[in-house]
Amino acid sequence: MADLLAIGTRKGLWLARSDDDRRTWTLDGPHLVAQEVAAVGLDVRGAAPRVLAGVQYGHWGPTVTWSDDLGRIWSETDEGAIRFPADTGAALARVWQLRPDVAARPGVVWAGCEPHSLWRSEDGGESFALVRGLWDHPHRPTWEPGGGGGAVHTVLPHPTADRVVVAMSAGGVYASEDGRDGWAPRNSGITAPFLPEPAPEYGQCVHKVAPDAGDPDRLYAQNHFGVFRSDDAGVGWTSIAAGLPADFGFPVLASPRTPGTAWVVPLVADADRTPPGGRLRVHRTRDAGQSWTELGAGLPEASWTAVLRDAACVDEGDPTGVYVGTRDGCVYASADEGDTFTTVAQHLPDVLCVRAARLP
Amino acid sequence: MTVEVVLPGVLADLAGGERRLRVDPAAPTVAGLLDALAARHPVLERRIRDEAGALRRFVNVYVDGDDVRFSAGAQTPVHDGAVVQVLPSVAGG
Repeated sequence: MADLLAIGTRKGLWLARSDDDRRTWTLDGPHLVAQEVAAVGLDVRGAAPRVLAGVQYGHWGPTVTWSDDLGRIWSETDEGAIRFPADTGAALARVWQLRPDVAARPGVVWAGCEPHSLWRSEDGGESFALVRGLWDHPHRPTWEPGGGGGAVHTVLPHPTADRVVVAMSAGGVYASEDGRDGWAPRNSGITAPFLPEPAPEYGQCVHKVAPDAGDPDRLYAQNHFGVFRSDDAGVGWTSIAAGLPADFGFPVLASPRTPGTAWVVPLVADADRTPPGGRLRVHRTRDAGQSWTELGAGLPEASWTAVLRDAACVDEGDPTGVYVGTRDGCVYASADEGDTFTTVAQHLPDVLCVRAARLP
Repeated sequence: MTVEVVLPGVLADLAGGERRLRVDPAAPTVAGLLDALAARHPVLERRIRDEAGALRRFVNVYVDGDDVRFSAGAQTPVHDGAVVQVLPSVAGG
């Protein structure tokens, strides 16, 4: 049994491997050298682990490429895995999210992209179809781009039902009961300090959403100001920011194993995207956001860097592994749910995304 | 009508290792040239323009030495014997 950690950066992809239950890591790379890898997915449902990468080929445009041999050979379809239909008049700008679905839906991979769009693949991510129900949503023309662009950046397929929840900057959270049509905004209770009051039905800048281990309808959201929890699949949200040093940040993670356990990485504010006090720290809740504990053993004592929305992830291990990558090119791994971290990599380009998987 | 396409080295792998291609355009424009290129080397064509038909922002295309952005873009005419050069612009970080 080995653990794999994929690290997408502004200038290439690295793969780290641990053969000792995540205590030490061996770094392999760069793969896709000099290319921006803004999204990465690890699909371990098939005979061989598939690494999916959302790549920006420098001057030459975005696409999805994949490797079934841990980065030795990369493939892409002639037509491009994600290609807007001609009648849309749109063109793919960036792949923000690659999300293999659950084992019960083999071959299904979701992609969130810029411009705001959701895509579904049934062939393991080799080709995707635009989810028209979201693209044709009457709200779409009024979804604003966030600072990094206008994109669906989070895709959460329900583990047993057909429901899919997406989050986008800056449209907010939307859900569909069949993952295709009937998309409805689910932002009630999420504040939007950058908009006039009262908070609108949609337009919130949700940075990331993660589902709880015990109940897939319990969701945690890190917002552009505000950390929230929903107990009804996003129908209503309440603040769980009390006890955090700041309510701004990008990632939110939830354990896939331990109910009520989630992590955030606070930054001071949107106008000051540095860790409070110049100390990069992870904050963990064990009680679904009622209280938070600062964690930092193994993280640098002084650090003014930030962690982007997809530059943090958890694994399926026991206990849950927690991984954070920073804009100054460091990656830290914890095999004990954040109590202690070890350094996986230093001096890489800006880390844009990390994903971990346990290899069969 | 035949046009010579000159590629930067970084794109040569997508054209079978060739940096100079002879292409018969589907229509007498840069767009028509890229349509013909797509039939032979679809991934190469995707690197030059997006699926909506726009030349990629940081890709420059020259017809006989003139940047098509200062002409008619993808609708810039090409003629028999024209040399169409593709170059990455000065961009990046």
